[in-house]
Amino acid sequence: MTSLFEELQPAAAAEVQTTRVDIKINGEYKAAQIEPRLLLAHLIRNGFRLTGTHTGCDTTNCGACTVLMDGAPVKSCTVFAVQANGHEVTTVEGLATASELHPIQEGFKDEHGLQCGFCTPGMMMSAKALLDENLNPTEDEVRWALSGNLCRCTGYQNIVKAVLWAAAKMRGEAPPTFGAPADDSADEIADDSAEQPEERSDEAAIADDSAGGEG
Amino acid sequence: MALDEVKIGGLGASRRRVEDNRFIRGKGNYVDDVVLPGMLHMEILRSPLAHARIKSIDTSAAYAIPGVRMVMTGEMMAARNLAWMPTLSYDTQAVLATDKVRFQGQEVCAVIADDPYIARDGVEAIVVDYEPLPPIVNPTQAMADDAVLIRDDKVNQNDNVIFDWEVGDRESTDRAFAEADTISEIDLHYPRSHPSPIEACGSIADYDRSTSKLTVYMTSQAPHIVRAAVSMVAEIPEHMIRIIAPDLGGGFGNKVPVYPGYVISILASILLEKPVKWIEDKTGNLISTGFGRDVYLKGKLALRKDGKILGVRMDTVSDHGAFFSDAQPSKFKIGLIHSAFACYDIPTAYLTNRGVYTNKAPGGVAYRCSFRVTEAMFFQERMVQAAADDLGMDQAEFRRVNLVKDDDFPKRTPFGFLTDSGQYEKCLQIGLDAIDYDTFKEQKAEAAKRGRLLGIGISTMTEPLGAGNSREYDILGIKMFDSAELRVHMTGKAILRTGAKTQGQGHETTWAQIVAHELGIPAEDIVVEEGDTDTAPFGMGTYASRSTPVAGAAVSMVSRKIRAKARKIAAHLLEVSDEDIEWELGRFYVRGAQDRGVTIQECAMAAYSNVPDGMEPGLENNAYYDPPNLTWPFACYISTVEVDPLTGVWDVIRMVAVDDCGVRINPMIVEGQIMGGLTEAYAMANMQFITFDEDGNCIGSNYMDYLLPTAWETPGFELHEVVTPCPHHPIGAKGIGECATVGGPAAFVNAVMDALKDIGVRNIDMPLLPDRVYEAIQTGQDVSGHPPVKNR
Amino acid sequence: MFPSRFRYEAPTSIEEAIALLGANEDAKVLAGGQSLIPMMKLRFANPALLVDINNIPDMGYHRADADGSFRIGALCRHADLEKSTILREHQPLLAAAAPLVADPIVRSRGTFVGSVCHADPQGDWAACMVALGGSIIAQGPNGKRAVEVKDFVSGPFTTVLARDEIAIEGVVPSAQGTRTGGYLKLERRVGDFATAAVAVSLDMSGGVVKNAGIGLVGVGAQTIDASEAAAALIGSSLDDDAVDRAAELAAAASNPRGDHRGSADYKRHIISTFVTRIIANVQRSEMQVA
Repeated sequence: MTSLFEELQPAAAAEVQTTRVDIKINGEYKAAQIEPRLLLAHLIRNGFRLTGTHTGCDTTNCGACTVLMDGAPVKSCTVFAVQANGHEVTTVEGLATASELHPIQEGFKDEHGLQCGFCTPGMMMSAKALLDENLNPTEDEVRWALSGNLCRCTGYQNIVKAVLWAAAKMRGEAPPTFGAPADDSADEIADDSAEQPEERSDEAAIADDSAGGEG
Repeated sequence: MALDEVKIGGLGASRRRVEDNRFIRGKGNYVDDVVLPGMLHMEILRSPLAHARIKSIDTSAAYAIPGVRMVMTGEMMAARNLAWMPTLSYDTQAVLATDKVRFQGQEVCAVIADDPYIARDGVEAIVVDYEPLPPIVNPTQAMADDAVLIRDDKVNQNDNVIFDWEVGDRESTDRAFAEADTISEIDLHYPRSHPSPIEACGSIADYDRSTSKLTVYMTSQAPHIVRAAVSMVAEIPEHMIRIIAPDLGGGFGNKVPVYPGYVISILASILLEKPVKWIEDKTGNLISTGFGRDVYLKGKLALRKDGKILGVRMDTVSDHGAFFSDAQPSKFKIGLIHSAFACYDIPTAYLTNRGVYTNKAPGGVAYRCSFRVTEAMFFQERMVQAAADDLGMDQAEFRRVNLVKDDDFPKRTPFGFLTDSGQYEKCLQIGLDAIDYDTFKEQKAEAAKRGRLLGIGISTMTEPLGAGNSREYDILGIKMFDSAELRVHMTGKAILRTGAKTQGQGHETTWAQIVAHELGIPAEDIVVEEGDTDTAPFGMGTYASRSTPVAGAAVSMVSRKIRAKARKIAAHLLEVSDEDIEWELGRFYVRGAQDRGVTIQECAMAAYSNVPDGMEPGLENNAYYDPPNLTWPFACYISTVEVDPLTGVWDVIRMVAVDDCGVRINPMIVEGQIMGGLTEAYAMANMQFITFDEDGNCIGSNYMDYLLPTAWETPGFELHEVVTPCPHHPIGAKGIGECATVGGPAAFVNAVMDALKDIGVRNIDMPLLPDRVYEAIQTGQDVSGHPPVKNR
Repeated sequence: MFPSRFRYEAPTSIEEAIALLGANEDAKVLAGGQSLIPMMKLRFANPALLVDINNIPDMGYHRADADGSFRIGALCRHADLEKSTILREHQPLLAAAAPLVADPIVRSRGTFVGSVCHADPQGDWAACMVALGGSIIAQGPNGKRAVEVKDFVSGPFTTVLARDEIAIEGVVPSAQGTRTGGYLKLERRVGDFATAAVAVSLDMSGGVVKNAGIGLVGVGAQTIDASEAAAALIGSSLDDDAVDRAAELAAAASNPRGDHRGSADYKRHIISTFVTRIIANVQRSEMQVA
């Protein structure tokens, strides 16, 4: 939004209440004048144009809209934007820095933890909430923590692996090599923006003979 | 020296997906992410009743709301001859209802407003006066003599039967049954289900009067078919229509048909001369768009006492809802259901099908399946288990007796398809070994001491994936081929476009791998684009596991055309004749002098800077691929389950999957497809279904009632592979996206039935809800899930 | 889905909130919003005014008081309870139920007291509070009053709260001896409505049940207080006869409706099975401790 020009909608109805919200989103301070009924998901998507946060259902089930509010995961379709006034919100766009992906993002790519990508932002935000509290989760703890997010494509097994991969990396360990699909491709893994393709470790390549068995 | 194929991201490389780079950053571009200047928003009013006559519609209160621009009614559509549209199965479907509503959730009005909140306010303000009519919610009611006529809009439609269809050889099948030692019979229902991608449907129609061009961003798995359909329905010249399918948040068959919402948004944009965005809500998606299944079976197998199947008889009834809008090849009224029993050596078979109208949502899409093969394989494998049990024969042994042997190919299936390759018994054996089949009895006895019932279920099947060929397969007369266009730039980088449309399958990654395999250009040097009808070559889209079998083959073929031209350029550069040129991955060289060669990149440069005399410059081409046959992957799924007899709750202990989809382009992606499919199979066996009460109210209209499993319930999967290359596919690949959804459900259901076998229970209809399982255990009787659900 | 218009106020004191509720006909309190907002999105609920209490300080607590009672403030989230060590230490039934409320993301926002006030017959917490003999502290213009949860819920989605009253706290009374118990819920999927669920609370002393309560979920138009079933346990040493009797009476107290989650008979059967199972689990863990 420029300060030179801002298009205003013709007054819809004089009595409609609007209110100003100030939100720190992905580290940036933003303000907007909104109707109270505006859902946080819609402010993020349509107001702030951060379209990585998706809405997938009407009934607070799918979790595609999950963001962190003051560090806690919330379904942003089930919070009014006014309620975020004065709070800090982190969306999927806030995971990576300009030069570096978050280990969760790397993990999702490396372990094929996504297909259509629609649930992925919410899934990753739930994963972040988990790992912020517990850097050493078991498989069951990961499955439990992600049970408010629906995925229709992957069958979850690779999502779980992706989160465990990220946890290991965040602990400073070599990411696990369990059941990873055979990988010999010298394709980019860490970050496509890096010019140098990174070779996956040999252990990772060798680890797979059971073709994606349970980790 | 030839390149290392895996290193350049060719065939067999588990290359990490290039599309992920945007998805993991939240930078995907789905329809709802697209914003056009001046865009308006549309919301749809849907019928609350399953069957009713519309007496009047009052839109005045909606118009009174500031910000509401237009309210569209069936009458407005009718004035432009758009109240009805053709379906993909040669029926008609109401766009906005004019006379009657025929299912709960049918589109009645649409409100276009400045923002979606106001559009919804407008929808709430519309008053419709309905005169209720008796709803018909199952085929029995539909076929009753006194049934009310659902499609009174159609001339010569005097009952609720849509069609009768038969396939196979009735006489020889009757003979087989007459000669049988035993006849095994079972009645089954494959319940109505919904593909339910997490992203619902939506469109942004943008009609520009100054250019007469209509651009539509749309959640479509088949944008070219949509372009043709819109051109015919809206009478807009085809070159003035541009359909753009951006990133799709899953499809699973749901995004193949043309839905009323798309058409309404298009007319709204034309009338208002502004872009109009329609984003369907989840309820709208679940209650009005393409469902899957809803087929009833009376199945019979003619058996010899040694276990040999002598003949198959299947009598089926399919519930299509209020409009026959199945997305399927036009010659086959009930899809490829007659692919049943294709993996077994059976002399004869006969199938009948009756399709009926009901007051339910239309659709009958191939929900993660190749046109009703899911029903076929589920029926097949449930019939097989029941037959083995009836004969008192081990279920694995019974399959071994009947499976087609490795050296029997090519083999005619009982209904006349031609299968061409496979190692069925090997797959079965790998599965049995993996799950410790031989020690299962001991595990079962041990569990019995804990009061738990264990069961093991097998499902083996081959299914036809990748329609055409064009002789037999067409949609609305358009032949089912597919296409690819490849442009190699002068620096050896390339852009590839196909007529398919990825929706999570990873085409941007795998198509580049095929090109890498054919040309030796590293996969990372190839960008892949799909989904824009102004730039992509004509294709039939992605569904029914046809991308790799058809479009993937076209990618191979276009690469080979490029290679053929590059060979001529290489000969020119190396100053030898064409015949003296040899190819190794990424490089041409002179026969007998391997060090004298040029790379494909050098040939590309020469194509733009140094072509031989008389040769057209440039290095680009396209290919249309019409497959000679379907591809026939094989799968063996084996599951073990533990049933709690006091609650009827069952848990999966293990799920072993052995898949033979021929050559795997990207094993990582193939395994991802299998695991996703197994999850949907588990969902259908365990919890996921759509049913209706007696009044025609949809039970399953949102994610509170239509249950998709979460990470917590979904079992772990153990995957194994066998590779039998497809003999006719250019790189030996077969379809895979849907095998697990197709073959998986029977493995879970067979396992639960195995656990209950000793109690005398032979069948529980899916989903195997705890109460159904408990009831079966208590009564020792089969439990039918036939709708309607009664508020008991 | 898009909620209809409403006015919004976010007071910073209880008194202010009460005044707003008193001054407006059609006002609703917004706490966690995890039941209210979905209903507003579907336009099943269209309040004219929302009074958001999230800005009122010092209501997020849960604590064990010196008198043995356990207190949960109006803004204590499900997730706070799920992660709480003092809850596990003092209130085994609540600790068993905490992870089974809705799903993990909803739990990080939704509140305990809000859930009881929502009065959904499917609510987990209301059944636990009924089993524990817990109360809700309601504050109005004339001060506070305590209402036992069994009397607090007056019907499906309705409570005895006056228009200008706010539920500010849930109170669980002190144990008569050692408190034990458990919660079992039959749901087909995380976040599914319970087909049926059972909360059992037992205060034990010297191997004898001093006090007991049983709350039933999803088997009637509102949370069911199976007090006769609980009475069958009091004074017993959880012998088979007493447990069987309690299971039978709990099933009899339930009044389920058959639907696509199961027949009425099935749900009644689940109630009795779960009563038996919870008590068996309690006995097993007692034995492990001993």
